[in-house]
Amino acid sequence: MSILSDAGPAGPAPVDAVAAPARAGAVRRLLRNPVAVVALVWLVAVAVLALLAPLLTSQSPTASKITEALAPMGGDHPLGTDGVGRDVWAQLLYGARTSLIGSLIVVAVSLLLGLPAGVLAGYRRGRFDAVASWVANLLMALPAIIVLLVVLAQFGRSTALAMAVFGVIIAPGVFRLVRSSVIAVREELYVDAARVAGLSDARIMRRHVLPVVVPPTVIQVSQLLGIAIVIQAGLEFLGLGSANQASWGGMLSDAFQNIYAQPRLLLWPALAIVLTVTAFSLLGNALRDALGVSGRVPRVRRRQRTDAPPVVAAGGEVPAAPDVPDALLVLDGLRVAYPTPEGTEREVVHGVSLTVRRGEVLGLVGESGSGKSQTAFAVLGLLPPQARTSAARMTFDGTDLRGLSPAAMNRLRGRRIGYIPQEPMSNLDPSFTIGSQLTEPMRHHLGLSKDEARTRALQLLDRVGIPDPARVFASYPHQVSGGMAQRVLIAGAVSCDPDLLIADEPTTALDVTVQAEVLDLVRELQAERQMGVVLVTHDFGVVADVCDTVAVMRDGRIVESAPAERLFADPQHEYTRMLLGSTLEDTPARGALAGAGLHPEEIAPAPLTSGGPR
Amino acid sequence: MSAQPMSAESTSTVSAPLLTVDRLVVDYPVTGWRRPPVRVLKGISLEIGAGETLGLVGESGSGKTTLGRAILGLAPVTGGEIRLGGRVVSNLGRRERRALSRDVQVVFQDPYTSLNPAMTVGDILTEPLLVTGSSRSDAQRRVRELLDQVHLPADAVSRLPREFSGGQRQRIAIARALTRDPKLVVCDEPVSALDLSTQARVLDLFIEIQERTGVAYLFVTHDLSVVRHISHRVAVMYRGELVETGDAAAVTTAPDHPYTRRLLLAAPVPDPRRQAERRAERHRFAAAQAAG
Repeated sequence: MSILSDAGPAGPAPVDAVAAPARAGAVRRLLRNPVAVVALVWLVAVAVLALLAPLLTSQSPTASKITEALAPMGGDHPLGTDGVGRDVWAQLLYGARTSLIGSLIVVAVSLLLGLPAGVLAGYRRGRFDAVASWVANLLMALPAIIVLLVVLAQFGRSTALAMAVFGVIIAPGVFRLVRSSVIAVREELYVDAARVAGLSDARIMRRHVLPVVVPPTVIQVSQLLGIAIVIQAGLEFLGLGSANQASWGGMLSDAFQNIYAQPRLLLWPALAIVLTVTAFSLLGNALRDALGVSGRVPRVRRRQRTDAPPVVAAGGEVPAAPDVPDALLVLDGLRVAYPTPEGTEREVVHGVSLTVRRGEVLGLVGESGSGKSQTAFAVLGLLPPQARTSAARMTFDGTDLRGLSPAAMNRLRGRRIGYIPQEPMSNLDPSFTIGSQLTEPMRHHLGLSKDEARTRALQLLDRVGIPDPARVFASYPHQVSGGMAQRVLIAGAVSCDPDLLIADEPTTALDVTVQAEVLDLVRELQAERQMGVVLVTHDFGVVADVCDTVAVMRDGRIVESAPAERLFADPQHEYTRMLLGSTLEDTPARGALAGAGLHPEEIAPAPLTSGGPR
Repeated sequence: MSAQPMSAESTSTVSAPLLTVDRLVVDYPVTGWRRPPVRVLKGISLEIGAGETLGLVGESGSGKTTLGRAILGLAPVTGGEIRLGGRVVSNLGRRERRALSRDVQVVFQDPYTSLNPAMTVGDILTEPLLVTGSSRSDAQRRVRELLDQVHLPADAVSRLPREFSGGQRQRIAIARALTRDPKLVVCDEPVSALDLSTQARVLDLFIEIQERTGVAYLFVTHDLSVVRHISHRVAVMYRGELVETGDAAAVTTAPDHPYTRRLLLAAPVPDPRRQAERRAERHRFAAAQAAG
């Protein structure tokens, strides 16, 4: 994530986009979506028609007159009559009532069971969670239609009963969704902080947990309503709904019997069912977009993808020969910019120039947002696709990196430019053994056979100080420690004998004792193979340990660049002096607490039991 | 609200430390049928006096964070005792634990997940006050005071956490910890996620607040230079045990225990020449350890 998090101090930091902020904003976003508006209008229309059914037709939906069977449209019967002479328009209106009430029963029952159980199981975990999850799994394994048939056979035809039973069967869906969102939010530190602040469980639930649970539940409800209408219509079509009640499924069933005499009859209930179910499902999708929820709680803002290839544009003339005779990497006037939502561009690197010679370790130091990682990633060609980079010059060992095709860049990366990332664990694929991840680049870049690559990988693992190379070779990433994983990545980075090594905060995620060993290793390998190294870091201790030269970055610019000895002894730029002044290394220890005796007073905590809840 | 808050200005002469941790053992259950639990703390004993900072240093997995969480009531106590001013507070019921929230507070490491992204700074800060029955206007007055104490502008109340930088968020978290004048704040790596220059300023804020209010800190960190800057005394943890406790200057310059020594020698000095010396010394020390 260092690519985005280093993008600049002014930009909004990637925050946990938990869906709750500004519910009003969500409604506005929903109403700006035309699909959502159409779906809402349809659903409201259906609900209003169902409510006003007695006013809209004087016909009874259930009274059959055999004499008027299959009457055409017009007159007393605007949509005609069905096979037993019931008015189609009245049936549609009253059928809407049945459908909506039925689906509301389903949602009410499943919410009533699933929501509290899910919240409790997710928040308390433990035994209740185990039992509730077991019951949920059991319910999910039951074949819904068969259970419904059994229940209806036992208790007689009743749409309401069928829908209530279906609500129970579908409740595990709600339960699981709620439980997983509660578990996710429970892990957040702000919930711990609320507990420490003395909030009751009920209050934590209301203030911190429910706002996160509500958006996915609302979306789920919208989908459930659609599903319930389909299931209900299915049961009624089979003739299992309540007798003497108009319903869309019942209409379909009747229309089917008269499909040759009057095919038009099929149209109305089919349209009603399809349109209503589609409206619920489209509304659900629109809600998901408006609430910014995609199943789980998203942690990072979405990256926008564009088709622009990540090539570096030429920003000026290329001088024929490098200025420094043994220059390995030359950057001149590197700029990196990102498009903003407003359509403008925000530049995060403003013309960085630097040179790395063979065998030289360059430290690129700065605070977050200084553009140091952006610079390193631009050299690697690993910036996100929407980034626009340009430079007056950008050469690696004489090769112009600007406008290099992705394939040509791939041949350089790994083979001649090695990379050590910050987070060792997230840079190893958990589904492959360490051995296969180490040997693959060697076979690809160096054309080694499987056995040759294996021998070489074992040598490398031994070289980076792994005690039992054969065991680690056969292990999966989760089976080794973070320090080991970083050694593996270093072994991988140097496996193809690169000329340049780019290390992005390679020890930030490691313990200090492990850091020291890893830095020892980098220093030894660098000296042994005469590699050029670009070391991105925020830690002046690390710089002092391994770097020959240092470039200090701030706000996308290099403010000072000097040999390490000189930079530490005699910093020129005010910012460098401020940074070096902020290191705590040489500040005096705070010393013992004044007043010697240490515990001069008796501290009696407030009586815990008196006075009821505070 | 019948109980009197503890007073740091109390003149009582009986000498009892503010916090006593006595042979504390914490086990974490391991998922899986009949798997034995993992022992994270193996009998920790320490004391913190009123107004004192005890720095707790250790590497990942040493149990330092678990110790903080046990004191906060967020980790299960398997054995031993935690006493606050002489009263046992380990394994309290939920309700008694809540009553304790006045005296013991927390600042977490990650300023991004420790503040609810959906609540305004004002809501975050008034919440601990409103649950204890303060009126809304009292709470708002107190919040203005707190924001001033942590050097944030008063208009921060109506803004969301995401509008603030890491250092500013940590100031908000500090303000939240201070709302009810606690006696002890457990600080779990509160400056590790911050930039160097921000780190120094936030540490100074911690010291400034301590000198004014007499609050005590348990300051958990992996960084010896940070701990040296803020602590009166330092305790070093290694694999669930305290290996060394003592005066901050002594522990961070001339440690007794080989592990502390290793820790100290591994921390790089921001000066190439001195770092080269320290590195050489570390190699000599490692060789000696390996030989002996």
